[in-house]
Amino acid sequence: MDSEKKLFTVSIYTENNIGLLNRISAIFLKRHVNIESLTSSQSEIDNIYRFVVLVTVSEVKIKRIIKQIEKQIEVIAAFYHTDKETIFLETALYKVKSKSLFEKKDIQKIIKNSQANIVTVSPKYFVIEKTGWRNETEDLYNSLEPFGLLQFVRSGRISVTKEAMNISDILKIKKNK
Amino acid sequence: MKNNMISGAEAVIKSLIEEGVDLIYGYPGGAIMPVYDELFKYQEEINHVLTRHEQGATHAAQGYARVSGKVGVVTATSGPGATNLVTGIADAQIDSTPMVCITGQVASHLLGSDAFQETDIIGISTPVTKWNCQITKASEIPAVIAKAFYIAKSGRPGPVLIDITKDAQFEMMNFKYDKCTNVKSYKPVPELNIDDIIEAAKIINRSKKPMIVWGQGVILGNAEQEFKNFVEKSGIPSAWTILGLSALPTEHSLNMGMVGMHGNYGPNMLTNQCDVLIAIGMRFDDRVTGNLNSYAKQAKIIHLEIDPAEVNKNVEVDVAVLGDVKKTIPLLTDLISKNTHDKWISKFHSFDKIEYKKVIHDDLYPSKQGLTMGEVIKIINKETNGDAIIVTDVGQHQMVACRYAKFNESKSNITSGGLGTMGFALPAALGAKMGAPHREVVAIIGDGGYQMTIQELGTIYQTGAAVKIVVLNNDYLGMVRQWQQLFFDKRYASTEMINPDFVKIAEGYYIDANKVDKRSELKNGVAKMIKSDKPYFLEVCVEKEANVFPMIPSGASVSDIRLD
Repeated sequence: MDSEKKLFTVSIYTENNIGLLNRISAIFLKRHVNIESLTSSQSEIDNIYRFVVLVTVSEVKIKRIIKQIEKQIEVIAAFYHTDKETIFLETALYKVKSKSLFEKKDIQKIIKNSQANIVTVSPKYFVIEKTGWRNETEDLYNSLEPFGLLQFVRSGRISVTKEAMNISDILKIKKNK
Repeated sequence: MKNNMISGAEAVIKSLIEEGVDLIYGYPGGAIMPVYDELFKYQEEINHVLTRHEQGATHAAQGYARVSGKVGVVTATSGPGATNLVTGIADAQIDSTPMVCITGQVASHLLGSDAFQETDIIGISTPVTKWNCQITKASEIPAVIAKAFYIAKSGRPGPVLIDITKDAQFEMMNFKYDKCTNVKSYKPVPELNIDDIIEAAKIINRSKKPMIVWGQGVILGNAEQEFKNFVEKSGIPSAWTILGLSALPTEHSLNMGMVGMHGNYGPNMLTNQCDVLIAIGMRFDDRVTGNLNSYAKQAKIIHLEIDPAEVNKNVEVDVAVLGDVKKTIPLLTDLISKNTHDKWISKFHSFDKIEYKKVIHDDLYPSKQGLTMGEVIKIINKETNGDAIIVTDVGQHQMVACRYAKFNESKSNITSGGLGTMGFALPAALGAKMGAPHREVVAIIGDGGYQMTIQELGTIYQTGAAVKIVVLNNDYLGMVRQWQQLFFDKRYASTEMINPDFVKIAEGYYIDANKVDKRSELKNGVAKMIKSDKPYFLEVCVEKEANVFPMIPSGASVSDIRLD
């Protein structure tokens, strides 16, 4: 049903511009929609940036939001996708006391079983990295928590779509208006 | 290359001249002083009108833009100067008025330090501008101003704000100006799809009870003639939204009146009986549609629109014809068959008769002692022959003026539609008069809204712009009072106004002024005002507790429109 709330991954291709993040987030704010995660990076095209925004709204609402986003001058195109239509990941970092790595045998097993990587080891602490779906980074969190987490952080979702985006074509069309 | 070193401030002025700007509304202050210094030097080329408040500058620029079709330009200083623009910018955004606002900003090394009169106007204005940009280097000025004008006036027009730090205004730069004709990521007019036009024509040709609702898009697209041809060939009864008013002459036989909350009985009732609704350059505002769940559900809906974000926003449509109405309307006109809809139109006329009997007659020819707003408008129509530009504020007088004012010409109805900004009319009327100096401009304002920007009488006096100001005084915030009467058991919370002597105030600004409170004096009072070739103020004391009908109560269906 169109009015049922679902999780959508919104991808926004933009020019790089101070204040654009504010302009995009204002569109969600005006409609009282919470942004669950947001990342921004260089895209596959030179000087074109890509925002990936995660929101839970109805499909009716996300369609209208996409149009409002596309209306912004520096936005080239915006899309929304369900989880089925994208390949998506998040990265989490876990900072744990070095003592626990050497003293507790379990922890090495946990790291190995969860296919996490040890990024750095120092006499005081070590840092574990895990990339995957939300439930995977959460599972690892739950497993490591008893050993005492010094710090934990998880990135926003990054995703690519299964279907082509054709941003270069869209850019060409906009140029030859 | 010729050495063309000038200051950033001078570059601002030269850029404006390149864009054909000869009039600016504004207010000086610390952070914009270098630009004002250049305005002093270039006063032969650019006339700067000093309003008495920055909000007044924005509304004056809007009035100017709406009658002339040009971009309105506003300058203001940082901090409070900039924040005072916000209401006018928001008004221009929701009513699609092209406007470029230039604000001064503290020097770039002070940004973020809470310096004197520093405010984040880029952050503040973002949700209400079509585009905005902060400049910290003089060299960026020409390109940003060129882009600002292009964005403000192209596609669906709107306001743009440019914030220039004080050091960028002082910095020297090499001036070269290129007009902007393209922004890579911006497509002002969507691709026209001929299949949609063919489909729309098919639906129209099959329809038995079609109806047109047009909005300001017809005026913004300069498509009045194309629209008239379409209406006349199709023979389809047509109604307007408040901002579409004046695009088709009032007396045109297919002009059926206004839709919406205080619109006419026929077009509202028949919205829910037509078989095809053709929406042209309008956006299905809630004041037009009433309850969406019972809005034209029986009809196929065709939407001619330049802004893709407006399509299916409020009302799901059957066919969307994207593009500039100046182009799409003639294509559609070519494909439709010439037709008449006499029987269907007679339905509108039957409703008109009921509305006339129950509402209009008593509004225009009252038998009660108190003056009605309607009879004032009727006399203004007579004295101006329907040739005046009518500028209205917000409230009861606005609804009455839009219902009864007669228009022969387009771009003649200037009002704050979407935002409903009280205080709009007085400065907007000044701008309208300056944008169309040879036309009669009559501002019709309530006693509440008038006092929100009353200080602009000073600007009117200083410019000498021969604006005719009519205040319809009922000593109430009339529209709110009407709602309190109808929906809040007559609890008149803070709507009664104990007003000053408006005539004395106008006279204090050296503006000729008169007051009318008897029916016998009304005609002469209006005639005298219209005859004057100077600014003129006329206060008309109207009935205190009159209500505007018809009315669609908020949340009700268009066909639940009340006549009393």
